[in-house]
Amino acid sequence: MNIAALREHLCATYPDLCPLFSIEFGDGVLSVDPDRLLEAAGNLKDLGFDRLSVVTAVDRPTHFELVYRLYARPMSAAVFIKCNVDRENPRVHSLAGLWPAALWQERETFDMFGIIFEGHPDLRRILLPDDWEGYPLRKDYQDETLIRRPDYI
Amino acid sequence: MTAEIGSDACFTNRIDPGVDELVVNVGPSHPSTHGVCRVIVHLDGEVVTKAEPVIGYLHRGIEKMAENRTYLQVVPLTDRLDYVGSMYANWAYCRAVERLAGIQVPERAEYLRVIVCEMQRIASHMMSLGSAAADTGAATMFIYAFDQRERVIEAFEELCGARLTYNYVRPGGVSFEIPEGWTERVLQFCRDHREGLEQMDRLFFGNVIAKDRMKHIGVLSPEDAVAWGASGPVARGSGVNWDMRKHDPYSVYPRFDFDVPTGSNGDCYDRARVRLFECYESCRIIEQAISQMHPGPIRTPGLPRLLAPRPGDAYDHIESARGALGVYLVSDGSVRPYRMKVRSPAFCNLALLPLLAEGHMLSDLVVILGSLDPVFGEVDR
Repeated sequence: MNIAALREHLCATYPDLCPLFSIEFGDGVLSVDPDRLLEAAGNLKDLGFDRLSVVTAVDRPTHFELVYRLYARPMSAAVFIKCNVDRENPRVHSLAGLWPAALWQERETFDMFGIIFEGHPDLRRILLPDDWEGYPLRKDYQDETLIRRPDYI
Repeated sequence: MTAEIGSDACFTNRIDPGVDELVVNVGPSHPSTHGVCRVIVHLDGEVVTKAEPVIGYLHRGIEKMAENRTYLQVVPLTDRLDYVGSMYANWAYCRAVERLAGIQVPERAEYLRVIVCEMQRIASHMMSLGSAAADTGAATMFIYAFDQRERVIEAFEELCGARLTYNYVRPGGVSFEIPEGWTERVLQFCRDHREGLEQMDRLFFGNVIAKDRMKHIGVLSPEDAVAWGASGPVARGSGVNWDMRKHDPYSVYPRFDFDVPTGSNGDCYDRARVRLFECYESCRIIEQAISQMHPGPIRTPGLPRLLAPRPGDAYDHIESARGALGVYLVSDGSVRPYRMKVRSPAFCNLALLPLLAEGHMLSDLVVILGSLDPVFGEVDR
């Protein structure tokens, strides 16, 4: 299914999600607020998006951008959910109740960015040791072994 | 006092089930954990009540390292993700870069990528089948499988000089043109490989011990496979007919005629057998690709060494030997990626271990772990 057909399908079923949907470089993106994330994700699941393939985050200068990628096998369509959360108090509702695939991926995002997924049954570090300090994929993470490579231009 | 063998009186000293729980630590350095994986196993007698994988022993921070390198310098890092199938991570990363920078890849390069990735699938599945057989005690099968794998590795060595970390697929094409006579040797390998597969099918999959050890062990339902984000042979072993080469096609895959083998029971046996049948399909794809390929450029001409793509993001994925391998790249317009995320199929498949191992014997845990085929370079990144 192409993006235009997906947008039509989405707008016909959930008109309130329609203004949040945009097309960025050929990908369908649904931008939602953290408090509406669970509802929007549930709506997309009902629409046929049965796979949650990616959960990750990007550290932007002013906020964290959470990125979810959903895939609907019956429609062969993919959509991103992007959700900006506060950098000082990063909290968002967990999607593990909708897709168990989120269980480990949200743990990883917590491990690397320190984003708290509320309602996650087992939110603790997964790749790093339990006593690790800081969240390494944040841009302001400091470590004495981290050396900035010189610029090449 | 002597008790009749087999009667309850024989087992008067056994621990009453449900009373004593034993916690056993398997790994991280254990030959059958396929790398450095630790599993904390809670046992009731010999039955697993809870298995909790502890990962991260091979974490090198590749996603953080990528933020500190130029786009071309990240390619060797992707080799170190899935070290049994380096070509896949190379390709997935390059596809994301090409999508981000709007690079068109020459047709011949796409064919070469398909050929090396299908050969890589054979090599990776041989590794998986060989070690799955060794887990169940079939040491002969291990040697047979590694013999086949060695032929692929030799062909890769001839192609790009490396046996494991190829750095072959680059943004905009591939690094080397194929050597003289290489395609003939690959075609000969495909013919020999089919014979080898039949031999392995008879030797291992028809064997009663292998069936006893693998059938009805670690059963994964198709609903769980989809909900837990399983992909690749793990999902297809449960009957989920989903292969991105077929159902979300990329590159030149729509031009090939091939089938997607699926299992029906979702047990360890089906997952392993799907891998065996996928090797036949890979041979078919390689033969078609070699016959369709025409001479031409293998790299996009005039591509700068320092790529600075548009600000924005891009996600692209391929079907690796383990499943959906995706790379998410964010660019801020500079010469380094702002963020790279690797969606690792082995990581998502390994999350199923607690679900699959529960209720099975401790000795089956090893077989279940082997059937998920995790490669810890990719799990831990």
